[in-house]
Amino acid sequence: MAPNISPLIIFLASIITSNMILSNFLGMCSYLSVSGEYRTATGLGMAVTLVLVLTTAINWLVYQYVILPLELVYLQYIIFIMVIAALVQILEMGMDRFTPDLHAKLGIFLPLITVNCAILGVTLFMVIRSYNFVQSLLFGLGSGLGWWLAINMLAAIREKMAKVKLPPGIRGPALSFIITGIMAMAFVGFSGIFTIQ
Amino acid sequence: MAVEKPRAIIRRTLLTDNQVLRAILGICSSLAVTNTMKNSLVMGLGLSFVTGLSSLTLSALRSVIPHRVRMLVQTLVISAYVIFVDLLLKAYLPDISKQLGPYVGLIITNCIIMGRAEAYAQSNPPIPAMIDGLFAGLGYTGVLLIISLIREILGFGTVFGMKVAFEGFVPWTIMIMPPAAFFIIGSIIWAISARQAKQAAKQAR
Repeated sequence: MAPNISPLIIFLASIITSNMILSNFLGMCSYLSVSGEYRTATGLGMAVTLVLVLTTAINWLVYQYVILPLELVYLQYIIFIMVIAALVQILEMGMDRFTPDLHAKLGIFLPLITVNCAILGVTLFMVIRSYNFVQSLLFGLGSGLGWWLAINMLAAIREKMAKVKLPPGIRGPALSFIITGIMAMAFVGFSGIFTIQ
Repeated sequence: MAVEKPRAIIRRTLLTDNQVLRAILGICSSLAVTNTMKNSLVMGLGLSFVTGLSSLTLSALRSVIPHRVRMLVQTLVISAYVIFVDLLLKAYLPDISKQLGPYVGLIITNCIIMGRAEAYAQSNPPIPAMIDGLFAGLGYTGVLLIISLIREILGFGTVFGMKVAFEGFVPWTIMIMPPAAFFIIGSIIWAISARQAKQAAKQAR
């Protein structure tokens, strides 16, 4: 049974209070490695959002109309990951063929996305919380936008930090983690307004 | 290339080349499950199991897998082992399985497993590959346990669910919330790289 939460609340909560990076720690690898530059971070954020919306929609349909009727729940991980990998591949080929501009901008990020845990994570959260189709779609969109917001914020801060004098050894991943921690604390402050789980 | 001795592999994967602290891989799940030590231990052992066996399998199959589809094969092998772990947890530790939620399935996308398969199992014989994978996983477990020890003592006043705090101890709520995980892992990595920078400066002199 789908929980009785307004899709709009799910959308806002998945951007802010249940942010994929800041409260669920998903998609950290690319978040840390691609946040050096603001423009690249924007490209990756866009690509993640696009893939998230599509995979959540497709995986929801696959789960309801293939996995459940055929009782393949024990195989769901394999099926989900194959759907994601196939979709990313098709998306890349389609972009290359029809929108070369967009492909030049996002193409290099697409292969990275298959192993981005946020993508599989959103699908698994959607299954565990048994969202209906509209809820899942907005959950996917909100999570993507939230991920994008977080990586852009980190990239912007890191660009500014490049000129600051810092204690020895902190530069690199340690600094990113501490900045992210402060961002996460700020986002926790919103949890009184709306939360999901 | 000569095959590494098991002891050398163990030393490398546990300490000098720890996957979480040195290669910054597998961060996602290592932060999410570290609010209690029990969850960390189960998650770490599950991951070690999957990494060890998938490295073994992929290394044994390395001459038959066509190079172009190897990513797909790797993902499939890893998913199969993850499903095994998931079923095992659901059957024997249903409470922990529920708490870990999607993070068990997310072992599939844990970069450590893929990383060991690509970097080591592809070019080494099965048994060293298995040791490499298993101990890379145990190195990850070690880091998880350190983080969760700090978080559990300060956040709940317990170790493995047993009360250790003195009377009147006020739990630090922030420790069981996400930000603390970021601060702790950031500080650990900072401490290690600061130490290394010092050593490097000493050697240069």
